Amino acid sequence: MNLFKRETHINFLGKRNLAYAFSALLIVIAVLGIAVRGINLGLDFTGGTVIEVGYPKPVELEGIRGALDRIGYPEAVVQHFGTAKDVLIRLRPTDEKSDEIRDEIVSALSTQNAGANVRRVEFVGPQAGEQLKEKGGLALLWALGFILLYVAFRFEYRFAFASVAALIHDVIITVGVFAVFQIEFDLTVLAAILAVIGYSLNDTIVVFDRIRENFIRVRKGTPVEVADLSINQTLARTTMTSGTTLIVVIALYLLGGQLISGFALALLVGIIIGTYSSIYVASALALTFGVSKEDLIPPKKEGDEADSQP
Amino acid sequence: MTNRYPLWKYLVLIVALVIGVLYAMPNLFGEDPALQITRSDGKTPAETVQQRVVELLKQKDIPVKGTEVRDNQFLVRLNNTEDQLKAADEVDVALPHQFTVALNLAPSTPQWLRDIGAQPMYLGLDLRGGVHFLMQVDLDAAVNQALQRYTNEFRTKLREEKVRYGQVKTIDNGVEVGFSRAAEREQAYKTLQGDYRELQFDVDESGGTFWLKATLPRKQLQQIQNFAVQQNITTLRNRVNELGVAEPVIQRQGKDQIVVQLPGVQDTARAKNILGATATLEFHLVNESASNGNVTADTTPPPGSKVYPKRDGGYVVLNRNVILTGKYITDAKSGLSQDTGQPEVDIRLNSAGGDIFSHFTGQHVGDLMAVVFIEDQTDTKRVNGQIKRVQTRVANVINVARIQDVLGSRFRITGLDSPREARNLALLLRAGSLAAPIRIVEERTIGPSLGQDNIDQGFAAVVVGFLLVVLFMAAYYKVFGLFADAALFANLVIIVGVLSILQATLTLPGIAGIVLTVGMAVDANVLIYERIREELKAGASSQTAISSGYGKAFSSIADGNLTTLIAGIVLFIFGTGPVKGFAVTLSIGIVTSMFTAIMGTRALANLVYGGRSRVKLSI
Repeated sequence: MNLFKRETHINFLGKRNLAYAFSALLIVIAVLGIAVRGINLGLDFTGGTVIEVGYPKPVELEGIRGALDRIGYPEAVVQHFGTAKDVLIRLRPTDEKSDEIRDEIVSALSTQNAGANVRRVEFVGPQAGEQLKEKGGLALLWALGFILLYVAFRFEYRFAFASVAALIHDVIITVGVFAVFQIEFDLTVLAAILAVIGYSLNDTIVVFDRIRENFIRVRKGTPVEVADLSINQTLARTTMTSGTTLIVVIALYLLGGQLISGFALALLVGIIIGTYSSIYVASALALTFGVSKEDLIPPKKEGDEADSQP
Repeated sequence: MTNRYPLWKYLVLIVALVIGVLYAMPNLFGEDPALQITRSDGKTPAETVQQRVVELLKQKDIPVKGTEVRDNQFLVRLNNTEDQLKAADEVDVALPHQFTVALNLAPSTPQWLRDIGAQPMYLGLDLRGGVHFLMQVDLDAAVNQALQRYTNEFRTKLREEKVRYGQVKTIDNGVEVGFSRAAEREQAYKTLQGDYRELQFDVDESGGTFWLKATLPRKQLQQIQNFAVQQNITTLRNRVNELGVAEPVIQRQGKDQIVVQLPGVQDTARAKNILGATATLEFHLVNESASNGNVTADTTPPPGSKVYPKRDGGYVVLNRNVILTGKYITDAKSGLSQDTGQPEVDIRLNSAGGDIFSHFTGQHVGDLMAVVFIEDQTDTKRVNGQIKRVQTRVANVINVARIQDVLGSRFRITGLDSPREARNLALLLRAGSLAAPIRIVEERTIGPSLGQDNIDQGFAAVVVGFLLVVLFMAAYYKVFGLFADAALFANLVIIVGVLSILQATLTLPGIAGIVLTVGMAVDANVLIYERIREELKAGASSQTAISSGYGKAFSSIADGNLTTLIAGIVLFIFGTGPVKGFAVTLSIGIVTSMFTAIMGTRALANLVYGGRSRVKLSI
C-alpha cells in the first residue's frame, strides 16, 4: 500500500500568504475566545469542590439541584458527566471546612435518591490553585525556552524562532478551542499541551532536517523551491505519523473515560494544528525570516557520516 | 553489500527484551485483596493469633485464599473486596487493640519472580481509590514559636545572671531586649552571646533605651523551617500508622507542603480526625505505697489517685495531680549517656515549664515519677450487631523513673531498656504535637469502583489504539510493517518492565502517556521506511536502501525525540501528581522507543534480508 504513488509536487509555500492569513484568523478567533469567553479553568486551578455521584438509573438534574438548593447551595453547578447516570457537582471555593460541605451534600443526595453513590470528591483550596496556575505558566515558558536553545544550537537561530513561533501558534489555537467551546481546562489539559509542543516540534524538526539536507545537496533552486521539495519529500511520513498518532488519540478520546477526555481532546486538536503549523508556519516563517543556503552549510558535514550507524 | 549486525547487538536486544518481559510479568498476575495485620510494636503477630484469625474467618464463612508472613506482617489473601471489607471488620473486632488491621492489595506474583525482585507497578490513587491530602505547613508560626522560646530563655538567663533588663519583644526574625544602661547591655551581650552562638547580635539605641538585638541568620531560619516540616512529616507518619493504612505516601512537596496519600481509605472524616488529632503527655507522681504489690485494672486506688495501664503490660497507681503537660516540651532527643553508655532521652522544656519542674522536683527528690502518654484511638466494636468505630482517649504510662536531682528546663529520662526504646520515647514525646500548624489545602477522594473503571477504560484505550496502529503499519509497510509491530510490542513490554523496576506510580495520565508513546514510537519507523522507499525509487539496491534509509533518518529521529524529551523533563520538573506520572511514562517511552524502533527493527531487517544480495524488499 502506498498513499502517495507518485512523488508529490504540491506548491505548499507558494501559498504561504494564504496560510498566514488563515493562521492569523485562527489566532484572532482564539484570542477573542480567550478574552471574551475566558478559559473555563478546572478545579485544579480555581480551587473549590467537585463531587462525582453515580446512580443506578438515569437521573434528572432538576431534582438534585432542588435538593442542593434546599440545604443552601443554590450556586452549585450540577451537570451530567459522561452518561445520564453520572452527575458532577461543582462548588466555588469557600472558607468552610470541606468535609462538612461534603457530608451535608452527600446526606442531602442520598435522601433525595437512595441509589446515590459518591464516586469521587475533590477539594482544592484557592491558594493551591493559584500556585498551580503560576507553575503551569512557568512550565510552558521553560519548555519553549529550552526548545529555542536546542533548535538554535542544532540548526540556526532563524529556524529556532520559526519553530517556537509555530509552537506558540499551536498553543494559542489549542487553548482557544477550549475557550471558545468552554471545555474545562484542567491540569491534564496543560500536560497535553506540553506533549503537543513536543509532538509539533518533532514534526517541524523532521521538515527542517530535510530542508537543511536539501540546501546542502540540491545545487539549484530558490530557497522556496528547496523548502517545497523538502516538504513534499517528507509528506508521506508526516501524514503517516500524524495518522497513527491520531488513531491512538481518538481511541483515548472515545474509550479512555471522562477523566481524560479533555486531555485527549487537547492532543487531538494540538496534533492536527501542529502538523499544519510545521509546514505552513514553521517552514514558511523560516523562509520569511530569510534562511538561505549559506546559513546552513555547516563547517563540518553533519548528520551524514557520523550518525549513519544507528 | 550485505547488512549484518554483530552478535553483541543481537545479544543486547535479547537481554533487554528478556529483562523487560521478566519484570513486566508480575503485572499479569494481578493482586489479591488482603488483610494486613500488624502489631503496634512492629513484631510479627504470634502463630496463635494467626490461627485465631483463620479460624474466625472460617466460622464467618469467609473463604481464605492463602496466608503468609512478610516483613513482620501477617497477610491474609481473600477472593474479593467484599469479603475483604467484611473480614476486616470481623478481625478488627476480635483482635485486641495492639493489632492493626489494614486493607491491602497483595500482589500474587509467583515466588521465583519475587526472588529476582520483580514487582507489579504501583497503582496511583486514581486507579485504586483512596484519599489524597495536600497540607500546607504554617512556617511563620514555626519561626514565631522559636522566637517565643528565645524570648523566654533570654528572660530566664538574664534573671539568673542578675542582669536588669527592661522590655523583651519579638521583632522580625529576631528578639529585642531593652536596657536602661549601656553597661547592663554589655553584660547581657556577653552572657547571651556565649550561649546562643547561632544568633546574630546587634546593638541599637533609641529614646534613651539601649537595645540588644538578636536575629536569626538566614541559614538558621531555613533550618527551623525545614525542621518544622520534617517534624510534621514524622508526626503525620505516626498518626497514619494508627489508621492502619497499607502503603501510605507521606512526602514533602516543595518548601512548605506535605502530600499524604492513603490508598484504599474511604472514610475521609476518620482519616482527618486522626491526622489532625493531638496526642499529649503528662507527668505524674507515682503513688508508691499503693503501687506495691499486685496492681490490676480492678484495683481500687486511694483517693486522689488513679490506676493507669503501662504500655508494656501491668498497671501502676498515680497521683491525679498533673505536674506538667507535654505542651511545655520544646524538644526531645534520644542518645546514649556519656557517663554510663545507657540509652536516654534528653528533654528540653520551655522556661515556664522549667520553672514549674524545678520547683516541683526540688521538693520530691527520691520519688518515682511517671510519664503518661495520652492519645485518641479508634476502636472497632460491635454495638447491637452493627459494627461501629468509636473514638476513645487512651492513657498509657510509657516510663517510670526515680527523680535523682532537681530538674530544670533540661533533663534526661534514663532507665530505658534499649536505644530503640529511647528513640521511640523521644519520637512519642515530640509527636505529641505538630511543630507548626498545618492546613489542608487540597483533598481528593476516589471511590474504588471509579478506580477500577479508570483501569478498564485506560486499558481498553491502550489495546484498541495499539491494535489499530499494528494493523495499519502491517497493511502499509507489509513485512517491514511487521518488524515495526514487533518493535512496538517489545517497546510496550519494556516500558512496563522499566516502570515496574523503578516502582513508578502508574496513574491514568500515565496510561495516556503510554498510549501516546505507542502512537509516536512508530514515527521513527515511518521516517526510516519512507527513506528506504525513496532510496529504492532512486534506484538503490535493496541492501544500500536499508543501510542509507536507517542512516539518513537517524538525525531526524534523534532531534525529534530529544525535543520531545525536553518537554517531558520540563513536565516532570514542574508537574505534580498526575502530570508527573504522565511525564515519567512519556520520557521512558521515548528512550525505549528509540532503542526498539531503530535497533530492534534493524536487527530484524538484517536477519531477514541482510544476508542476501538480490532480494526484493517487502515495504
